[in-house]
Amino acid sequence: MVDSGANFGSDIAARTLPLAGFHGGSSAARLETAPPAERISLRARAEDVGALSGALGVALPVKPKTSSSANGRTALWLGPDEWLVIAEGNGGLMQAAKNSGVLHSAADVSHRNTAILVSGPGAAAAINAGCPQDLSLKAFPVGACSRTVFGKVEIVLLRTAEDAFRVEVWRSFSDYAFGLLCEGAQDASL
Amino acid sequence: MLLIHCPYCEEDRSELEFRWAGEAHIARPENISAISDEEFAEFFFLRNNEKGLTYERWRHIHGCGRFFNAARDTVSDRFLMTYKAGMPKQPVPETGASEKTVETYEATEGDAR
Amino acid sequence: MSASSNSGAFRIKGAGRLTPARTARFTFDGKSFTALEGDTVASALLAHGVHLLGRSFKYHRPRGILSAGPEEPNALIDVSRDAARRQPNVRATVQEVFDGAKIVSQNRWPSLKFDVGAINNLFSPFFAAGFYYKTFMWPREAWVKVYEPFIRRAAGLGVAPTEEDPDHYANRYAHCDVLIAGAGVAGLTAALSAAATGASVFLVDEQPEVGGALHYDAATMIDGQNGYDWAQASAAKLKAMPNVTVLTRTTVFGYYNHGFLGLVERVTDHVAKPDKSSPRERLWQVRAKKVVLATGSIERHMVFANNDRPGIMLASAARTFLNHHGVAVGRNVGVYTAHDSAYEAAFDLRRAGVSIAAIVDNRADPSEALLAEARALGISVLSGHSVTDTGGRLRISSMTVARNGGGNARRIAVDALIISAGWTPSVHLFSQSRGKLRFDDVNQRFLPDIYAQDCVSIGGCNGTDDLAELIDEAIAAGGGSVALSGENRFEWTGGMIGAAEGAGPDTTVKAFVDFQHDVTAKDIRLAVREGMHSIEHIKRFTTNGMASDQGKLSNMHGLAIAAEMLDRPIPKVGLTTFRAPYTPVTYGTLVGHSRGELFDPARKTPMHVLETAEGAEFEDVGNWKRAWYYPKRGEDMLAAVNRECRTVREVAGVFNGSTLGKIEVVGPDAAQFLNLLYTNAWDSLKPGKSRYGIMTREDGFVYDDGVVGRLAEDRFHVTTTTGGAPRVLHHMEDYLQTEFPHLRVWLTSTTEQWAVIAVQGPKAREIIQPFVEGVDLSNEAFPHMSVSECSVMGVPARLFRVSFTGELGFELNVPADYGPAVWKAIWERAESMGACLYGTETMHVLRAEKGYIIVGQDTDGTVTPDDAGLGWAVSSKKLDFVGIRGLKRPDLVRENRKQLVGLLTKDPALVLEEGGQIVADPNQAKPMTMLGHVTSAYWSENCGRSIALALVAGGRSRIGETLYVPLKDRTIEVEVTDMVFFDKQGGRIHG
Repeated sequence: MVDSGANFGSDIAARTLPLAGFHGGSSAARLETAPPAERISLRARAEDVGALSGALGVALPVKPKTSSSANGRTALWLGPDEWLVIAEGNGGLMQAAKNSGVLHSAADVSHRNTAILVSGPGAAAAINAGCPQDLSLKAFPVGACSRTVFGKVEIVLLRTAEDAFRVEVWRSFSDYAFGLLCEGAQDASL
Repeated sequence: MLLIHCPYCEEDRSELEFRWAGEAHIARPENISAISDEEFAEFFFLRNNEKGLTYERWRHIHGCGRFFNAARDTVSDRFLMTYKAGMPKQPVPETGASEKTVETYEATEGDAR
Repeated sequence: MSASSNSGAFRIKGAGRLTPARTARFTFDGKSFTALEGDTVASALLAHGVHLLGRSFKYHRPRGILSAGPEEPNALIDVSRDAARRQPNVRATVQEVFDGAKIVSQNRWPSLKFDVGAINNLFSPFFAAGFYYKTFMWPREAWVKVYEPFIRRAAGLGVAPTEEDPDHYANRYAHCDVLIAGAGVAGLTAALSAAATGASVFLVDEQPEVGGALHYDAATMIDGQNGYDWAQASAAKLKAMPNVTVLTRTTVFGYYNHGFLGLVERVTDHVAKPDKSSPRERLWQVRAKKVVLATGSIERHMVFANNDRPGIMLASAARTFLNHHGVAVGRNVGVYTAHDSAYEAAFDLRRAGVSIAAIVDNRADPSEALLAEARALGISVLSGHSVTDTGGRLRISSMTVARNGGGNARRIAVDALIISAGWTPSVHLFSQSRGKLRFDDVNQRFLPDIYAQDCVSIGGCNGTDDLAELIDEAIAAGGGSVALSGENRFEWTGGMIGAAEGAGPDTTVKAFVDFQHDVTAKDIRLAVREGMHSIEHIKRFTTNGMASDQGKLSNMHGLAIAAEMLDRPIPKVGLTTFRAPYTPVTYGTLVGHSRGELFDPARKTPMHVLETAEGAEFEDVGNWKRAWYYPKRGEDMLAAVNRECRTVREVAGVFNGSTLGKIEVVGPDAAQFLNLLYTNAWDSLKPGKSRYGIMTREDGFVYDDGVVGRLAEDRFHVTTTTGGAPRVLHHMEDYLQTEFPHLRVWLTSTTEQWAVIAVQGPKAREIIQPFVEGVDLSNEAFPHMSVSECSVMGVPARLFRVSFTGELGFELNVPADYGPAVWKAIWERAESMGACLYGTETMHVLRAEKGYIIVGQDTDGTVTPDDAGLGWAVSSKKLDFVGIRGLKRPDLVRENRKQLVGLLTKDPALVLEEGGQIVADPNQAKPMTMLGHVTSAYWSENCGRSIALALVAGGRSRIGETLYVPLKDRTIEVEVTDMVFFDKQGGRIHG
């Protein structure tokens, strides 16, 4: 009864990014969509952080609002037992975490999130159009990261340079976030 | 808008990142299926809703995601302290004279009767 | 004509700070005027001798300009650039003129000079305080037809714009160490001091330029420099510092909890041709570690008979118009005062060539220095005298002056009258911060006393009158050190609150206390006589201080009159609380970016574009846009849904289930955790299998439901309802973190990780077969309620054999970015086999045909699993789960609870209405005894008749009974049935 004539299984599905074709920003705050990345939501107890850090090749930060980067991977502290680990391309994060051999939870969220890169002298002001956190370098230095709100949606914010941020957002909220960032970027340039 | 100290993030954050989660230190009875109707009502339905010092739960839902406890003066809206979930009820620090509780809007509207 | 005479006959050459060459044209009530750049509408009109600007709210009395600032109660105007950009109730004393502005007066018909509503003035005895409360009481029907329309027409100031606001508004969150509200001498000094410490400083002022009182007080010198010039130089210095933000045209309108302040910055309202990219206004939401209040003080008017005629204004206002705008408020100006500061206004006017008819000083002994200066300028001073009345119709023409305590009155001709009863410290923001005030008996004013926040008041708003003292106070408040000296010519003393001579207890004259709400001294006395003894009651009875100016001028006078009547000291009568906003804030500012597409996030699934291309109509489910149905050409909704329903059961349908909430539950104690959170038992579920779960709250009522698949011993894929996803996760986290923290399990939201493609119907297997690798899809190997990780079109996927239709069904979960490609491929094949796309409406009908409930539609928060016919899902073996005790509550186990049942209308063509009430006897007297209500009702194409689900008292024991659904025009007869209408044996699901 199966239509064996068809051979769709060998066709690899193409990928459609949530913010494909989005452009925006201003002279003060440039907006770009980040290339696809692999991401896991990693949960573990304090005693297993060392083993997981070793297995992932990046030290899981234990200090609030901090991140660390190594070997093309960035680990963001989101909570006392929670990290968002982002890898460029396909980094095999799930397997790496599994290789640690310690108790943990890793969930693949590569497609749940997408990211917008905000850069330029007005980057912080653009984000402050909707984010209530203090984004001065004193309060939010390079490498600082936090889950927070942006207008009516939740984001994870990472400062990648003095004038550059990565905004991680769930995919269905990403066009809202992009739209609000556009308005924020515009206002930051005035 | 309140400014709330998250004991996990070790930082003051805007109320926008938080969600209130009701009165604190109401433990779910271990033997819940065996308790009486009255005990159940006490546990689940009845709350003190006190004016002044209250112990309440908050969740840093758009931050670290953790539930924690807070001692807040509902008259002044001042947070006297926040502490991690699971810790026993904490005594509130003595407030100095300069931190005297200021009454509600209504109470500042004069004492004419 | 010289430029200066162009811009108004009352423009004084050489006076003011505006540049005569820079003009702007505007119209007022259709007539064209020339202004100078930097003029307010008020100063520009005064320059042309126009004093009449509007009509009052209640009596429609002619009104002019009282002040030169944001405290203005009278001069409210309608300002527009074009039809859509129109703003009513703008204070003419704040609005800067821009080229092309159209200004229209308000509250008059048919014209400003002849107004029909002014008849209210003649009938004013009927409109005394409390008139509305006493008059519009009965009969009840009159409210709807007579009173309310009347009040609605009469009430309200200005006319709301009818077109959508084309401007945009911005929002900015900011933080600083010190925020300073007010940039007069005190604020600027505090800013210089604070900035020197390296602190981050916000200096905010509502005027276009810094300077505050230095706008009018031209005699003050600071650091040996003209005060106003010093202020501008200081602001320039501050602006150049990286740690300082200077915001002008910005009002601190609210001081909230924990150092949080709301600021509105007016970005383009003064610009002739605003840059389209600029927001009209910007809302600043600032969190300041410390706040310095340097808000100064506000001059009070004198309360005397007919004190509201156009041409009567505050002395400081006249001084601002002269010294800043270069405009004389008249040619022959009278002065009525109880305070020194009005003398300086008179002196400035006299020096500018304006004749001063007389200074009428309510006090017996003005200071010798002032009298000497007056003599030197040839100004006559009548001390111990009062103005007891004024004359003139649309503008003041005379003042009646009499010696205090009686004596012959005489009329003195004037074309303007400037007045001052002294200064009220502007404690509004302090009061908003929940600070407590004390009454300064000596100077008859309320001053900050107990602070509730990290905040300090300096200068005028703190009652600090001496300039040197003020500077010291400001330097200390800033926390740094600055060398600064200041001197002023006169020490201002005196002042009064309450009604002046001639407006006392035994008179019925109209001596206005609150101009915007037309409250007179006698209204306040009447309120006291009628039994209002608290200022809060007096305020509400008279509406004193309740207008949009919040009684900035009137509060103290009203309080003093009430205190006098009650024979009580002022602090015992109380002071009404000042609330945010300090001045009115536009809706646009508060809305900010949240409009149009940014009003609320519209969540779209990965396949949204493809669904749109297939012609889907969408419905909102929470924030999600879900495909509702897919009409083909010529089909209406019912036809499309009927076709979709039929096709799914006959062939197959493809459905987008991506919005379904998904939670990954991982850890060695995952099953134990689910045991506690769901009514079902989960340890018995084997990896590779899934189960329908019911979640109750502690009270025993159904909270959510969904299919839970076990992927491994320690990993579950939990699904929730679309709308329930966030709250279910929150609920789970609550229990995990606070009640069961010992469990080794973690929760992750994966709703958006997966695109979900459901294929349902007899041909479902055949459709998906070629795409799936790694799973034997046969009934034996992969029966109903199986789950497996696999590969679909080369990408890792999770496949569920599950059905919400009662048909053979599969749900493919693929990583979201791959959703569109997989959807396209599957749909291509499905379409070629005669299947259809179907939306949420068809999904609803098909599940109802099978009696599957929808939590939130068929349940309402008072329904137990048993009520819903799901008692089988409640484990009787578990020792604990959330809801176990609640389910045993007496009311939850009683007989005759409402139970979910099916209903079949006797007339199969009739579709019931959801929400319809159900009764046993349609002929009983009203109010009828309701047995329950219809929760779901549809036309079922597959059954060839209508079907419904309903919550009915004792429902399951009534199966077979006839009940009734009474409607307005008819009564529908129904039969109670079980909940399954289609394929009662349930064989199709195992196909």
